[in-house]
Amino acid sequence: MNDSSTLDRLRPGQLALVQSLENSGPMRRRLRDIGLIENTLVECLGVSPGGDPAAFRVRGAAIALRREDSRQIRIRVLPPA
Amino acid sequence: MGLTKSSTGRRAAGDGMDSELRQGRSVAALAGNPNVGKSTLFNRLTNMNQHTGNWPGKTVTSAQGLCRSEEREYLMVDIPGSYSLLAHSAEEEVARDFLCFGGADAVLLVCDAGCLERNLNLALQTMELSHRVLVCVNLLDEAGRKGITVDLEELSRRLGVPVIGIVARERSSRAEVLRAMDALLDAPEQEGAYRVRYSAPVEEALARLLPLAEAAAEGRMEPRFLCLRLLEGDEAFLNRADAFLEGALSRDGALLRAAEQERQALEARGIDRDGFEDLLAAGLVMAAEELCHGVVSGSREGYGSRDRQIDRLVTGRRFGYPLMLALLALIFYLTIAGANLPSDWLMARLFRLQELLAAWALRLGFPLWLKGLLIDGAFRVLAWVVSVMLPPMAIFFPLFTLLEDAGYLPRIAYNLDRPFQRCGACGKQALTMAMGFGCNAAGVVGCRIIGSERERLLAQLTNAFVPCNGRFPGLIALLTMFFVGAASGALSTLLSALLLTGLILLGTAATFAATRFLSATVLKGTPSSFILELPPYRRPQLLRVLLRSVLDRTLFVLGRAAAVAAPAGALLWLLANLSLGGESLLAQLSALLDPLGRFLGMDGVILLAFILGFPANEIVLPIVLMAYTAQGSLAPLGELAQVKALLAQNGWTWVTALCVMLFSLMHWPCSTTLLTVRKETGSWRWTAVAALLPTAAGALLCALVASAARLLGL
Repeated sequence: MNDSSTLDRLRPGQLALVQSLENSGPMRRRLRDIGLIENTLVECLGVSPGGDPAAFRVRGAAIALRREDSRQIRIRVLPPA
Repeated sequence: MGLTKSSTGRRAAGDGMDSELRQGRSVAALAGNPNVGKSTLFNRLTNMNQHTGNWPGKTVTSAQGLCRSEEREYLMVDIPGSYSLLAHSAEEEVARDFLCFGGADAVLLVCDAGCLERNLNLALQTMELSHRVLVCVNLLDEAGRKGITVDLEELSRRLGVPVIGIVARERSSRAEVLRAMDALLDAPEQEGAYRVRYSAPVEEALARLLPLAEAAAEGRMEPRFLCLRLLEGDEAFLNRADAFLEGALSRDGALLRAAEQERQALEARGIDRDGFEDLLAAGLVMAAEELCHGVVSGSREGYGSRDRQIDRLVTGRRFGYPLMLALLALIFYLTIAGANLPSDWLMARLFRLQELLAAWALRLGFPLWLKGLLIDGAFRVLAWVVSVMLPPMAIFFPLFTLLEDAGYLPRIAYNLDRPFQRCGACGKQALTMAMGFGCNAAGVVGCRIIGSERERLLAQLTNAFVPCNGRFPGLIALLTMFFVGAASGALSTLLSALLLTGLILLGTAATFAATRFLSATVLKGTPSSFILELPPYRRPQLLRVLLRSVLDRTLFVLGRAAAVAAPAGALLWLLANLSLGGESLLAQLSALLDPLGRFLGMDGVILLAFILGFPANEIVLPIVLMAYTAQGSLAPLGELAQVKALLAQNGWTWVTALCVMLFSLMHWPCSTTLLTVRKETGSWRWTAVAALLPTAAGALLCALVASAARLLGL
């Protein structure tokens, strides 16, 4: 089973572990600041009514990311608990 | 809506700190992630009532205030909230520069107990450059309700710096923080504080560079922090550091060469700047994780299940947008419903006072011209401004502050990001629009929360499309007089509220259109990256909200309006009473403007009022009324019905009212806003765009409405 994917494809309620970040420049820094680095546990909380951005739980906080940015975050989807 | 004395006054000086303020006082900086209660604590300590809001990135310049403990006097500096000191945005730069070069004697690091692990990231970075750090773990009550507990003693032991737990919104926290600060300054500098151990390549390079850097830093800067920045190659920071050290850095060839060598060695191992920063971030994150392990217990989730439930509704696909509209309409409904009676009451009282004052003035032997200038001029316009503005403001501000306090505003940004993205902008613009409701100048300053320069400009140039507080009491009055008319009671109020909501939607649509227009023409580009935190919802503090919004915002805005209104009233009286060649100056000026005014569906007097209202939009409608009464009818204007009669006598129809409302919604921003745009963009050209864009839109709409009305014979 191939469970590696990108963050934009995580559906609400699903959990994943961050594998690697392909974002660059300011976005990469921002992600580092909020503690979204390799091996961080993330959960998709929901999608905004416009369809983008989506909200993720990262280290206890709710963070909204656009699809364009979350697409560059490689993840490994965790099986439902 | 961060509009207070401190955000627009002298004390919001930003980078510079008044040296006179500093004298004999200990300087303490308040640092922390956005939205952790920093500003609440700052207000608590200084009683300065700097405005706080529940959204990330509230403090856009560093505010200062004084406070006294038993032992010392402190100058508190509230620096912008930031997630890290690896500055990326203008406000983070302010934060870092202040901590680095501002000469603070101590740093109070405010952390959110509900999100401690991430907050420690900044704490650990701060400890890298300051030797007097006090960690204040705030929001313990909120965290407690979510089942999170923090072992403060153990955290203090692990960090090697004092840690106190506070609930900033409670009064008792003040004494506690001050005691801890006194103790911190009495104690020797922290030597054994926790140091983050980065991965081997970083630490090895650091070890080699450190002895060299110690000389350059001259004890005025933490050498380890300097080395990290040297290894990182952060030019912007290094330039500032060099200026701070008076060239000691650029003169130190040996250090710079060694740093360059280390950088090359790192790159040879495959660690470029990005990789290096990754290593730093990983070091910090892991250290914070380790420190929190066993210190924080319970659910470890600041954003809890209740927040999830609310967000599912508030940002959900089905209810997200309707709920936003409903809330807006509700706020307007309550504002209009509540403001009607007090407005009429105030108007009647103030005009009776005017008669009394006039009688006194005559009895005291005032010459007629002086009585006219002061009472029929200055006082009357002032009375108008107060009675039209005060009640709606005193209701709208607290209601809006409640939403802000509860944490709803970031959800608006989240919901609206997609539409803004389509216009080439970002959802944070919605936050600056919300600030614009209070005051467009504050909204323009608030645009600093937008990272990308292009998107920031878009938000700055279009902010005036949102009617500020100075404008919407006038809008409400016109709506009520001309469009609700026959309906009465609750129905009429509901109708006014819905119409006002419609008008705001029109302003919002115009904002989108103007943003889109700008990003298709002069501000081309693609939307930049976007990251927004949705803070946990918080129960608003009713009493505090009420006090703060009434005292701070309402009276401040009113005061500013009054300061402009009185002289403008006097000027208007002069214009109405000085005549050249038989006709008053006022009549001549308005006759001059009349053709243009008529073309736009208004008249010369109204256009003149808009021009005279340039310093403050609040006085536009009062000037119109004043001008009409000065030209003839001197009916006592005790209530709205009489005002409507006066306007009707001067040829107003609902088309006139509509055009005035449209033009009020879209014309040149007030002088304060334009000066703020100039200051923020540093360019007169952009300032001109900010003035011309809404004016062109408003003139176009008004001309269209007026022509259509003429064609249809309305």
